[in-house]
Amino acid sequence: MTQVYQEPSLGPSGSGDAVLDVRDLSVLFPSEAGTVEAVRGVSYRLRRGEVLGIVGESGSGKSVSAMAVLGLLPDTAKVEGSIRLDGRELLGLHDDEMSKIRGKQMAMVFQDPLSALTPVYAIGTQIVEALQIHTEISKQAARARAIELLDMVGIPDPKRRVDAFPHEFSGGMRQRAMIAMAIANDPQVIIADEPTTALDVTIQAQILDVLKVAKEATGAAIVMITHDLGVVAGFADRVMVMYAGKPVETGTVDELYYTPRMPYTIGLLGSIPRVDEGVKHALVPIEGNPPSLVDLPPGCPFRARCPVAVPVCASVEPDLESATGEDHPSACHRRGELAAGTLTAAEVFPVPELPEPASARVPREQRPSVLELDDVHRHFPLTVGTVFKRRVGTVRAVDGISFDIRSGETLGLVGESGCGKTTTLLEILSLADPSQGSIAVFGKRTGGLRGSERKALRKDIQVVFQDPMAALDPRLPVFDILAEPLRAHRWAKEKIGPRVNELLRLVGLEVGHASRFASEFSGGQRQRIGIARALALDPKVVVLDEPVSALDVSIQAGVINLLDELKARLDLSYLFVAHDLSVVRHVADRIAVMYLGRIVEIGESASVFRRPSHPYTQALLSAIPVPDPHKERERRRILLDGDLPSPTNVPSGCRFRNRCPKFKTLSEGDQRRCVDEDPALTAQGPDHEAACHYASVLEVV
Amino acid sequence: MSALDAAKEIDETALAPIVGGGGRGRLIARRFTRNRLGLFGLIVIVLLFLAAYLGPYLTHWQLTDIDFDNFQTGPSSAHWFGTTQTGQDMFVLTMRGAQKSLVIGLIGGPLTTAIAALVGSVAGYAGGWLDRALVWFIDVMLVMPSFLLLAILSPTFKGKTWLLFVVLLAAFAWMITARIVRSLTLSLKSREFVLAAKYMGVSAPRIILRHILPNMASLLIIDATISVAVTILGESGLSYFGFGIQPPDVSLGTLIGNGQDAVNTYPWLFMFPAGILILIILAVNFVGDGLRDALDPNAAGAKAKAKRKQRQTDEESLPGDTTVVEIAQ
Repeated sequence: MTQVYQEPSLGPSGSGDAVLDVRDLSVLFPSEAGTVEAVRGVSYRLRRGEVLGIVGESGSGKSVSAMAVLGLLPDTAKVEGSIRLDGRELLGLHDDEMSKIRGKQMAMVFQDPLSALTPVYAIGTQIVEALQIHTEISKQAARARAIELLDMVGIPDPKRRVDAFPHEFSGGMRQRAMIAMAIANDPQVIIADEPTTALDVTIQAQILDVLKVAKEATGAAIVMITHDLGVVAGFADRVMVMYAGKPVETGTVDELYYTPRMPYTIGLLGSIPRVDEGVKHALVPIEGNPPSLVDLPPGCPFRARCPVAVPVCASVEPDLESATGEDHPSACHRRGELAAGTLTAAEVFPVPELPEPASARVPREQRPSVLELDDVHRHFPLTVGTVFKRRVGTVRAVDGISFDIRSGETLGLVGESGCGKTTTLLEILSLADPSQGSIAVFGKRTGGLRGSERKALRKDIQVVFQDPMAALDPRLPVFDILAEPLRAHRWAKEKIGPRVNELLRLVGLEVGHASRFASEFSGGQRQRIGIARALALDPKVVVLDEPVSALDVSIQAGVINLLDELKARLDLSYLFVAHDLSVVRHVADRIAVMYLGRIVEIGESASVFRRPSHPYTQALLSAIPVPDPHKERERRRILLDGDLPSPTNVPSGCRFRNRCPKFKTLSEGDQRRCVDEDPALTAQGPDHEAACHYASVLEVV
Repeated sequence: MSALDAAKEIDETALAPIVGGGGRGRLIARRFTRNRLGLFGLIVIVLLFLAAYLGPYLTHWQLTDIDFDNFQTGPSSAHWFGTTQTGQDMFVLTMRGAQKSLVIGLIGGPLTTAIAALVGSVAGYAGGWLDRALVWFIDVMLVMPSFLLLAILSPTFKGKTWLLFVVLLAAFAWMITARIVRSLTLSLKSREFVLAAKYMGVSAPRIILRHILPNMASLLIIDATISVAVTILGESGLSYFGFGIQPPDVSLGTLIGNGQDAVNTYPWLFMFPAGILILIILAVNFVGDGLRDALDPNAAGAKAKAKRKQRQTDEESLPGDTTVVEIAQ
């Protein structure tokens, strides 16, 4: 039974208490290639205090629809439909009118808080400005209110901080300030566009917390736009999944997460790496890319990537309808089967099998070590003055780390931005002598290498960078990009062509693509080219610097699986650097957690995840959102205070102590030890060490 | 079935003829020939060269011939471009001038940019003391009164080949571009693709040649095309004051210099050499634009056609590789 989807009645007063009512919103952009149908019919209704999560990949139209609601789209955009705020139609209002509404009744929190704040004015001045534009308020009163707001969003010492400039704030604090500005005028609706995407996971947890506070303080409805199904699981009341400019499924969080009725949602849920899963298994990639929004062919836009497409999908685009009459509509022709359970999620996207690397069967101790770091330091001098340089301090970017990687093994190096993981990686890749300590690749110390020896060693250790666009020379066709390492190591000319073709096939690209430029590929394909280049010289160790963090989730899964498979096939060892513990969970055999230039916990992956012993690891793990609404609501987050201290100013004793939740619970005598004594790594179990004086296991996932 | 196997399967069915020669050189040549204006410019330059070197054989007048029947007469069937005050044939003079100016411009312009690119990129990429020394050298060269120096130096080079003169002209014109190149290199140096090449074991000179310089190709090409014009005009300036190309030899610059007083009275003395000069500069600019588009994968001209072609091939190959139109988030 299929019914045309009707909005559910909204309590006794009907649609009257909907703060924001969006109907059939569509946005068209004229472009050289043709009209871009960025948004094609979005409808939603928000009540006071309700949180709607809009989830989708980049280009799905989620941000554009939010911009349309705020009236912030360029004049060239054609916006149709209806947007009612408190019963008042917004579409067609003049920009002057909209300016009165924006910031007062509707507020926005942007993704990048640095570019959303004016760098030349103090934070307080900007909040005062936001207040004075919309209300008659004296400067003193506005300033007092600004301090109050900053206090509310959890900025320490707001009286002093109110005069600070945006660059003096860390990313997390800037986002707090943005939220303070957004709630300054008690808005009815707050639109948050990927508010936590640019932030570290511990900061993300703080910001989500602040948003909850903001919601309670103002009673505003929140539209939360994100690509991360995990972020909204514990926060939103309703979720709308968008694909190719259209909502393809909406429902309450529980319905959507536990009984998805659209293959795309099923795929998205399956492609997210999760920290809470016990056994390691392959992720479910959604093959292909989202369609271009110019000249969309008839039929379901997801058809080309859908594993359960039927002939009707090619001709008729399914409407957003409910299969059973309940409030859970989806845009799929087979929604009936999905609802009835005759088509299960496992049938839609079967989990691919992962091959086991041959070396994994040999016990770790018996495998040779491929990369060994012993007490590696990298300090940068901090100087002032241009002519006479005076040393005023030291940036302790890497401050004594040791680990080793055995053949066929993946070590995940995890930490927040600024913890020194990138410096560590560059230190390894430069194959030079570190400030202190030693690095050995295949037992060969990198310190005293001659130029030719170093070049020969480079063959064995290769790198894949984070941003696949930046890592590929935009001026070179793919063939030359892949041939470059071969030419640099003087391969015979006639061997280069076949090798490039072999590499392209190895990473699942077509041989015919060799003459194209990198810009003609999608993000996931570009990263595959980056991987192919790293593999060109048959390296033994590949250093992966956040290789999937710039990719959409559905694409990310494909790349992670590829990495897993290549590792097994080619018997590679990986050093996988990432800030995202859930990705690392899927890839790594061992994990090292870094904090402020040191490794605070290291060990076998399952052991670290199941029995995290260092308070920092526990906080990191607890901060990762899980795409499971029930679990998410029950979980208790360990919120860390403040931000990562600067590596120029490392605290005495244990460097984590001023943010440590455990430190606060200790008696004064016990605290003394943390202040005076730098904790060393101590064994917590077989292949599991943590650097904490009072290490104890705490299950957090 | 894993992603890899899936991709492999598709691959085997769509295994295109091996594209071994997908190298950059050929690709750029192909993209350049797609650009009509660039190709037109190239043809004009070739024709100008042919005319400059073969043109004088079409008429029986020689460079040193003086026609005592025609002093300062307009274009006629005997003298296609008219004659000068001393009865020399303007056509022969102009062609001779074009020979010199074409060679001076086309060698001097790119040479200027090449010196700038070399010094700027080496300074930027190497850093440290080499950078400081080179920047100091650039600054010193910048404050030198180049015209004066050229004037002083020119007697030394008298009687030597005039090509040396081209080198001198280039040697005093590269500094500002070098500073720009250096600052661009500094920003490119930290880009990941340069790091990637470095960690692959690619040597520094190769990185500069293959990654740094091509990524500022637009700037270099525009600079080179402008330098062509600047060098030709610079040479005329010096020749006008008696340095550089000396009579009885001529260049377009000396011809224009001599003819500029007679623009209104005897326009052919000025118009023909000036017209040829404009033609050279225009053609060089067209070629420059064409090259820039051929080198730049994002250039509109080369891409629009590439896109159309790509769409055709895409229909046959797997659907996963259409360029995604990303909406500004």
